[in-house]
Order: sequence, then C-alpha cells, then structure tokens
Amino acid sequence: MSDIFGTLHEYFRHDFIIYAMIVGLLIALCSSLLGVTLVMKRFSFIGDGLSHVAFGAMAVATITGVTNNMLIIMPVTICSAILLLRTGSNTKIKGDAAIAMISVGALALGYMLMNIAARSGSGRTTSNVTADVCSTLFGSTSILTLTLTDVWICVAMSAIVVAVFLVFYNKIFAVTFDENFAKATGVRSDMYNLLIAVVIAVIIVIAMKFVGSLLISALIIFPALSAMRVFKSFRSVIICSVVISLICAASGILISIIAETPVGATIVSADICVFFLFCLTSFAAKKVSR
Amino acid sequence: MGALLKCENVSLGYEGDVVTKNLNFTVSSGDYLCIVGENGSGKSTLIKALLGLKPPISGSISLCGEVGRNEIGYLPQQTMVQRDFPASVREIVLSGCMNRCGFRPFYNREEKMLAHDMMRRLEIEPLSKRCYRELSGGQQQRVLLARALCAARKMILLDEPVTGLDPKATNEMYELIDSLNKKDGITVIMVSHDMNAAVRYASHILHVGRKQLFFGTKEDYLTSKTGQAFLAVMGGDEDE
Repeated sequence: MSDIFGTLHEYFRHDFIIYAMIVGLLIALCSSLLGVTLVMKRFSFIGDGLSHVAFGAMAVATITGVTNNMLIIMPVTICSAILLLRTGSNTKIKGDAAIAMISVGALALGYMLMNIAARSGSGRTTSNVTADVCSTLFGSTSILTLTLTDVWICVAMSAIVVAVFLVFYNKIFAVTFDENFAKATGVRSDMYNLLIAVVIAVIIVIAMKFVGSLLISALIIFPALSAMRVFKSFRSVIICSVVISLICAASGILISIIAETPVGATIVSADICVFFLFCLTSFAAKKVSR
Repeated sequence: MGALLKCENVSLGYEGDVVTKNLNFTVSSGDYLCIVGENGSGKSTLIKALLGLKPPISGSISLCGEVGRNEIGYLPQQTMVQRDFPASVREIVLSGCMNRCGFRPFYNREEKMLAHDMMRRLEIEPLSKRCYRELSGGQQQRVLLARALCAARKMILLDEPVTGLDPKATNEMYELIDSLNKKDGITVIMVSHDMNAAVRYASHILHVGRKQLFFGTKEDYLTSKTGQAFLAVMGGDEDE
C-alpha cells in the first residue's frame, strides 16, 4: 500500500501528471453536465455521431498538417451538430438514419485519409497508422504530453461550458422536459436546442484528446444514467452526475497511472462500475420501501 | 371583449393529407370554447396549430394584439410528456413561468410565489419535493395543469384535460377550469370527448369533422341539427 502511495507521490512531482489531472477533471465536469439532457431528449446518438465526425475532422487536420488541429475540428463538429439537429426534425432521411450515415461515413473517411496520408508521407510522419488511429479512437497517451497552453485552452473552454450551462440552466430544463410546452408558451426552444447541440459539440472536441472519440459518449451518458437511478429531481440528478463523473475520472486517472492501463478505458470502466452500483442501490431501495 | 385568436379558412393534416378543412372561427377575450368531434377529426391537431407547433396546410391562424405567444398556457395530453423524467413537482411547475423570463436566466421571487400559489390551489403543495414519475395519473395531471396555469396569463389551451382521471377528480378539474374562466377571466380553449361537460361549462362550441360542422354559442349548438344528432350519440355516456 505504501508502495502505491510512494509511486503516486513520485508521479505527482511531475508537471505532466498534474496537467493531466486538471484537464481530466475539467473534461469530466463538462461532459457530465449535459448528460441528462442528452439521455432524455434522445440525443445520445447525436453525441455518438458527433464524436465520429470529430474523428474524421481530426484525420483531415492531420493530413493538412495544421498546427492547431482544433481550428478544423471545432468548426466541423459544431456545423455537424447543427446539421444533425435540423435533420432530426424534418427531412426525408429520418433522424437516426442520418446520424448513422454521418457518423459511420466520417469514421470510414477519416480512417482512409489517415492511411493515405501515411503512405504518401505527407503531413506529419505517421509511420504507424494503426497506433495513431487507435489512439484517436480510444484516447491516447497524448494526455500525458499536454503543454501548459493545452491546459489553458481546456480551462477556458470548460469555463465557457459551465457558464453557459449555469446561465441557461432553467431554459435547458424547460426544453428538455417538454419541448412542445416550451415552444407553445413562447420560449424559443429552437434556439436553446441549438445551444445544447453546440455545447455538446464543444464538449466532445475538448474531451476527444482525453478519452478518444469512441469513448466520449460513455463519459457523457454514464454518470447521468447512474444518477437517474437514485435521484429524483433534475437538480439533484445533475449534481450527482457531476460528482460521479469527477470521482470516476480522478480514480480512473490514478488507476491508469499505477496499473499502466489506457486512461480513457479505465475511466469508462469506473463509470460502468458506478452505474451497476447505483442500479443495485435503487433496486435495494425499492425492495426496502415495499 | 376583443378577439384574441382568429382562424380563417384553415386546413389541417399530416404530410399533405387533409384531416379537416374550412375552419373559420374567432375566440374572444373571456370565452370558454369547447372543441368537440369524433376521434381522428383533427381536434388535437387543431390545438397544436393554434399553439403554433404545427403549421396549417392552408389558411391563417393569428393571435390578435391583446395576447402574446408567451401569455398562453397549455395542458398537453399526458402521453406527450416524458413519464420517466427525473424532475420534482416544484421544478416542473416553476418551468411554467419560463415564458415570463425573457432573457433573464433565473426565476425571480414573484415567479416562485406564483408557482407556489398554483401548487396550493391544485392541492399538490405537499408533493412539491416528490418526483413526477412516482405520482399517480391524477396527481401528474394536476402538476401539468399547475404548470399551464403559471404560463397562462390570458389564455389556456387544454387537450383532453380529464383523460385518466376518476369521476371525482374529473369534476374537480372541470370546476377549477370553470373558475379560471369566470373568476380570473382567462380565455379557455378545451378539446374534449366529454359532451356533458362541454355543454355544461362552455360558452362556445366548435364541432369539427372532415370540415367545420358548427361554430357558435352553446345555446345555438343545442338547438342545431348537428348538435342534437351528436348529443344523441355521444351525450350521456362519459368518455371511457
């Protein structure tokens, strides 16, 4: 036991571990905020679709060799979010089909582009495409190579996300609970839907570096689903999912350092464990109350 | 007694299929309009169109000067609301005040008081911390009505407000709506299957079928052919 603490103490003397911890917790905080909204509005798939789009955009950014790939990923993902939201409501292609189409399409194109880039040798030197793709999809060790600038970008983005969420909290509740009612009584629900989609896009982009594009949805949805098992008001569910998300992220990062497991997968595993724990709790609570 | 809502030559339907057409009617301030008709005659669609949720195929629906979109309350059919949503009664009722906020992010003291009053009025105050999904059907309906009342400053639209309520709760609900109309002067537009209630409480009746079959005061409806024929079939028995 003291050995483990010794190891941790050793690690935490390095800046990069502290950076990783800060960024990890911020991402966990942001991603858990909108989880309930995503689940209740049946937007879960949009979250999933967007993360694949972000992967595609990342591939494009890689081969064009832009210095800061955020410049490409962020606008592309936000545009897709708006597009998906529009198609969800009214077009010939049904919402879920459109999402599947865009997400799988982006995934395939992204992978292909990365391969082509590697073979022609343009862009940065990607000799090992498989490892590269794997790290984009499942999160990479790049979390351990964060610079101070990366950390500040993440802090700024998170501050914006949290601020937007707090300011629009009541509106987000209203359009999540009953969009028709909100609309019918003169609340501009389309605008708030758009806002939600954009915020989700931003969260996905900042979280992608950390857990990888395939696992982001888990980070967004699991804490909310767990909290919904036990808590009964919107506010308490959100507070609880934030707490769950922070605890899982922190413990996930620590475990991954000690056991040398992949960061993203470890955090998601922790989220899954908590989910089952909460399921059991709610089951037990029901038994007792009966 | 100015006109609040005007429907001119309105046709409604889904994806090009016309369900009902030639709707022409006006709702004035203080009216209690009951929309009746058989199943599938487009009553709920009409409510959605009046609320601006669904554009009419043709014709125009206009809110007249006196009432703004954000002064309208709406009680949807219960099936429209997500039943498994984690929300407390208070949170839901308070969300009815949203249309008073404009760009202000939080509710003010007045709005909180209003939500509180509405909960007291509907006798759901003791439930305010309870979870919506754990309530009985009747309690849920009261919560949604309290929310609608918070939103309704001038007009309220109700879609089958008594579905799933027992006879006692049904009566209470009708009395409450009636007092809203008579005491608070709120204009009521209600869709109902329940002909007894319609002819008892409403001031005006709109009867829709494939087209507009009748619009006018209740007294005229009772003496009209349409009204008598429909009452003979529907009257007397409560809806399910």
